[in-house]
Amino acid sequence: MNQNWTDVCDLHEIVPDTGVCALVRGEQVALFRPAGDDQVYALGNYDPIGGANVLARGLIAQVGARLTVASPLYKQHFCLHSGQCLERDDVAVPVYPVRLSNGRLAVGPARRAERRDDAA
Amino acid sequence: MGQRIPLQEQPDTTAPIRVVVVGNGMVGHHFIDQLTAQAETGQVVVTSVGEESRLAYDRVHLTDYFTHRRVDDLMMAADEDYQRLGVTAHLNQKVIAVDRAARTLTTDGGLVLPYDILVLATGSSPFVPPIEGRDRQHCFVYRTIEDLQAITHAAEGARSGTVIGGGLLGLEAAKAVRDLGLATRVVEFAPRLMAAQVDDDGGALLREKISDLGVEVLTGKATRCIEDGEQYRHRLRFDDGDTVDTDLVIFSAGIRPRDELARAAGLALGDPGGVLIDDHCRTSDPRIYAIGECAHWQGRCFGLVAPGYAQAKVAVDHLLGGDARFQGADLSTKLKLMGVDVASIGDAHGVTPQARRYTYSNPREGVYKKLVVSADHRRLLGAVLVGDATDYGTLQQYCLNAMTLPDQPESLILPALKGAAPGPTALPDSAQICSCHDVSKAAIRAAVADGAGSVAAVKDATRAGTGCGGCVPLLTGVVNEALEARGVEVSKDLCEHFPYSRQELFHLVRVGGIRGFAELLEKHGRGHGCEICKPTAASIFASCWNEYVLDDAHVPLQDTNDLFLGNMQKDGTYSVVPRVPAGEITPDKLIVLGEIARDFGLYTKITGAQRVDLFGAPVESLPAIWRRLVDAGFETGHAYGKSLRTVKSCVGDTWCRYGVDDSVGLAVALEHRYKGLRSPHKLKFAVSGCTRECAEAQSKDIGVIATENGWNLYVCGNGGMKPRHGDLFASDLDREQLIRVIDRLLMFYIRTADRLQRTSVWLGQLEGGVDYLRAVILDDSLGIGDELEADMARTLSGYRCEWARTLDDPEKLKRFRHFINDEGGDDHPRYVRERGQRRPARANERDGGAVIAS
Ligand code: SRM
Ligand SMILES: Cc1cc2nc3c(=O)[nH]c(=O)nc-3n(C[C@H](O)[C@H](O)[C@H](O)COP(=O)(O)OP(=O)(O)OC[C@H]3O[C@@H](n4cnc5c(N)ncnc54)[C@H](O)[C@@H]3O)c2cc1C
Ligand code: SF4
Ligand code: FES
Repeated sequence: MNQNWTDVCDLHEIVPDTGVCALVRGEQVALFRPAGDDQVYALGNYDPIGGANVLARGLIAQVGARLTVASPLYKQHFCLHSGQCLERDDVAVPVYPVRLSNGRLAVGPARRAERRDDAA
Repeated sequence: MGQRIPLQEQPDTTAPIRVVVVGNGMVGHHFIDQLTAQAETGQVVVTSVGEESRLAYDRVHLTDYFTHRRVDDLMMAADEDYQRLGVTAHLNQKVIAVDRAARTLTTDGGLVLPYDILVLATGSSPFVPPIEGRDRQHCFVYRTIEDLQAITHAAEGARSGTVIGGGLLGLEAAKAVRDLGLATRVVEFAPRLMAAQVDDDGGALLREKISDLGVEVLTGKATRCIEDGEQYRHRLRFDDGDTVDTDLVIFSAGIRPRDELARAAGLALGDPGGVLIDDHCRTSDPRIYAIGECAHWQGRCFGLVAPGYAQAKVAVDHLLGGDARFQGADLSTKLKLMGVDVASIGDAHGVTPQARRYTYSNPREGVYKKLVVSADHRRLLGAVLVGDATDYGTLQQYCLNAMTLPDQPESLILPALKGAAPGPTALPDSAQICSCHDVSKAAIRAAVADGAGSVAAVKDATRAGTGCGGCVPLLTGVVNEALEARGVEVSKDLCEHFPYSRQELFHLVRVGGIRGFAELLEKHGRGHGCEICKPTAASIFASCWNEYVLDDAHVPLQDTNDLFLGNMQKDGTYSVVPRVPAGEITPDKLIVLGEIARDFGLYTKITGAQRVDLFGAPVESLPAIWRRLVDAGFETGHAYGKSLRTVKSCVGDTWCRYGVDDSVGLAVALEHRYKGLRSPHKLKFAVSGCTRECAEAQSKDIGVIATENGWNLYVCGNGGMKPRHGDLFASDLDREQLIRVIDRLLMFYIRTADRLQRTSVWLGQLEGGVDYLRAVILDDSLGIGDELEADMARTLSGYRCEWARTLDDPEKLKRFRHFINDEGGDDHPRYVRERGQRRPARANERDGGAVIAS
C-alpha cells in the first residue's frame, strides 16, 4: 500500500448515514457515510467555530444540492466535498481523499481546504 | 359646513403646526402614529400629554395581564419611536385647563404648553354608581394596568370576588376573578346579562352557560350599599333586602366620557355627555378636535376602539387639508367569555322598522342564533350568536357590505343547511375585513401583490388583525386565497425535504404505521434529509411507537445529545444527569453520586431542577460511569432529550407544617409515569403542596398545586427566555382525574405542536386559546379523548431506561469511542482547577499558558 494512505476501518463499521472519527497520522479525521451512497467523505474533525473535535458526531444534512455535516455544537454546515462552511465564507475545514478497496477504507493526505464549490 | 383653519392663517406658513394631544391612550397614540406617518417633514410638531405613568398600552387586551403579568406585552407606544419621530411626550401630567384665547393648556404639574391645534383624546372613566360604601378598601374599577395590579394584590388572601355589572366588560372582569382562583359572582341590575348586545333569549342562554362554569349570576338586583361582612370583607345589600358577602368588589357598570376639560373650556357638549364633534371630528372650537371615547357624534359616544381609530384617521386627514368624514362605525362585537362564544352584529335588537327575525335555538348544545333581516328578506340588518360564533365573519360581511341574502336566509344559521356561506372569494373587494384598522379586502390583496407572503407580513404591512384580533381567521382566508391566486403555495413545510408541517408528518407516520426514516422519505419526502427533519422524525417515531432511540435505523437521525445519551458541552465532552424523581434522594444514593464524580474527576453541580449534573465526561468513559450509576439504581434523566425533564416538588405534607397534600408522592408518581416520553420540545412539571407554591409549579408546562379539595392543574407555563405563568386549567381534581387530563393534554400537544414549540407557544397559537383547549381536553369536544389516553398508555408502556438498555448491548457500546481505529481519547480539552474542581480552560488561559492539565 502506498505510504500516503492510512488504513482505517471496514466500511460496514460505519452505520449508514452517520460519521466516525479516525486517528490518521496523529490527526483527527471525520469520516462520513451518507445513506444510499457508497462514497465516503473525510473532513478534519476539528470544528473551528465551536473550537472542539466534534464534527464526526454531527448529523449528515442535505442543503440544496450539497451534502454537508451540521456541527453538533452550533449547527453550522460544512460541505462534505469541499470542507467549506456554508454560513461563513471565511471558514473551511481540511478535506481528505478516501479510498475503498476490498471493503477497507483508507485516508490520504489532507488537501488544502477549497473554496466553496458550487458545482457539487 | 364650518370653516377650516386655512393653513395660511398661520403667521408664518412655513412654521410647523404645533399639535398637542391630550391623553396618550389607544386613540391618542393612533392619532400620533398616523399624523407623523402622513405629515411632510417639518409640517407639524407633536406633543402628547398623558395622565398615566406610561405611554399608550393595549387596553383591549388588558385582561391578558392576569395571565402574563407583563406590562411590556401590552405596550403599544415606545419612547424610542416617539424620539425618532420627534414627538415629545409628557407623562404623569394631567391637563387641568385650556385657555382657548391664549391657545395654551396647563397641567397639574405646572406645565404650560402652547398649541395651534389641540386634540382631546381623554377617553372615558368607569362609572361607579353612587352606592354607600363604594369607597371602601378592596373596591375597584377595571380600566388601567394599575387597577389590575391592585386587584391581583387584593386577590391574595381573598376567597370570593363580586363584579357589579353584567355587561361585556363585567363578564370579562368576572372571568379574570375566576382565573385568580376566587369564587365568582356577577350582579346585574338589568334582567339579563349583556343587555346592550344580546336579546332576552340569548341572554338567558348566556346566563345558563356562565352559571354552569361555576359563576353565580344575579340579575335584576340593585345594590344599595356595601358594609362590613362577617366571614368575608364586605357585605352587599340589595334594594330587595337580600345580601351577599364577598372579599373584593369590581365595579363595571358602564363608562362615562371624560369631558370635564372641554366643559370647563366652554366647548359644546353632547347629551348626555361627551365632547360634541362634527363629521371632521372637530369640536365647537375649530382649533380643537376630539376623538375616541370622549367624543360625542350624532347623539352618541362609542365605547369601542375601532370607531376611535376611524375618528383619529379622519382628524389627521382634515388637519392636513383633506376632506375625510367620519361616518359612524360598525359596533359588531364578537368575544369569548369564559369559553362561551358571544357575538352581536348591527341591529341586534331588531329596532329597524318592519325588521323580520329568524331564530334558531338548540338547548342541548347550548346554541342560540338570531338573524334580523329587512322586510323584503334580502338584507341582513343584524344578528345575535350565543354558544357558536363561527358564522360571525360571514354574517358581518353580509351586513356591512349590504350583500344580497340567499333565498333562504335561515340557511346561514341552520346547521343542516350549511354550505351556503360564502368563503373569502365571494366577498367584494370593498369588503372591510379588519374593522379595527379599517382594512379592506382590496388593501390586503394589494399588500400580497406588493410581496407580503404570509399573514404575518400582511399584518405588518396593513396592520389588519393587530387590533382586537377578531378578524384574523377571515384575514388568513383572504391572504391565503390571494397567495394561491398568485400561484404561491402557502408553506408550512418542515424543511426542504418534507412538504409537510410537523403535525401533518405525525399524522402520516401514525396512520401509515411508518417506522423508519428511509420509508418516510420514500413515501412522503425527497432528498437525503437534514438536521431538521431527521431529529423531528426520530421524535415522532419515539412518540408514536416508543422504540429504543439507538436502534440502528434511528441512529443516523439523532442529534449527538440523543445519540450519546448526554448533552455535549463546549469542549466536546458530555454531561451526566441521572434521574432524581421529584428531587428526593436517599443518603446512600447521594454518596454514590459523589463517589462516581470523584472517581471520574467530574465537575459536580446542583442544577436548577433539583438534581445533580456531572460535567466533563469524555465519550469513551460514559459507559463506565453509567454502569456504576445503573448498578446503584439510577436511571437516565433525559437531560438530553426533547422529553420529560423533571417533576420538581416541594416537601409538602411529608414535613411542611402548611402542606395540605403529598406533593412529593404525587411528583414521584408523575415523574415515573411520564419519564421517557418524547415530545416536540422538553417538558417540565412541578407539584406544590399548598398555595405558597414553593415548587414554582405555575412556571412549568404542567404545574400542580394541592388544595383542601384535591389538585389544581396549571398548564403551559415556562421559565427560560420568555417566562409565562401557566393557566389554571382545572380545579380540585383527584389523582385519577388529574392523570387523565395530563395524558390527554400531553398527547394532544405531541400530535399537534410544531417542532421545538414549547407548550406555552403552542397554546398561544391554538385558535381559541385555553378555552378551546379546555373544550377538547375536559369536554372532549372533538371526541378524541379515549384515543389520546390509549395512545399515551401504549407509548408509556414501552419505557425502558435507555442507558440500561445500551449497557446491555455490546454492539451499541462500540459507538462510545472517540476513534474508530484507536483506543485513545481526544487530547484537545485542557482544564483549570477552580474552587476545588476542574473546568475547561478559557481561550485566553490556553493561549496564555495558565496552569493546565488535560
Ligand atoms: C444544567 C442546567 C443549569 C444548571 O446548572 O442548573 C441547564 C443547562 C442547560 N440548559 Fe437549561 N438547564 C437547567 C435548568 C433550566 C431551567 C430551570 C428548571 O428546569 O427548573 C430552565 C427554565 C425553566 C424552563 O425551561 O421553563 C432552563 C431553561 C433552558 C432553556 C430555555 C427554554 C425556553 O423555553 O425558553 C434552554 C434552551 C432550549 O431548551 O432551547 C435550556 C438549555 C440548556 C442546555 C441544554 C443548553 C445546551 O444545549 O447545552 C444546558 C445543558 C446542560 C447539560 O449539559 O446538562 N435551558 N434550564 C439545569 C439542568 C436542569 C436539570 O436537572 O435537568
Ligand atoms: C378591560 C377592557 C376591555 C376592553 N375590550 C374591548 C374590546 O374587546 N373591543 C373594543 O373595541 N374595545 C374594548 N375596550 C374599550 C377600549 O379599550 C377603548 O375603547 C379604548 O381604549 C379607547 O381609547 P381612548 O384613547 O379613547 O381612551 P383611553 O385608552 O382610555 O385613553 C385615554 C387616556 O387619556 C388620559 N387622560 C384623560 N384625561 C386626561 C387629562 N385631562 N390629561 C391627561 N391625560 C388624560 C387617560 O388617563 C388615558 O390614559 C375595552 C376596555 C377595557 C377597559
Ligand atoms: S442559562 Fe444558558 S449558560 Fe446557563 S445553563 Fe442555561 S443554557 Fe447554559
Ligand atoms: S377587526 Fe380587530 S384586529 Fe381586525
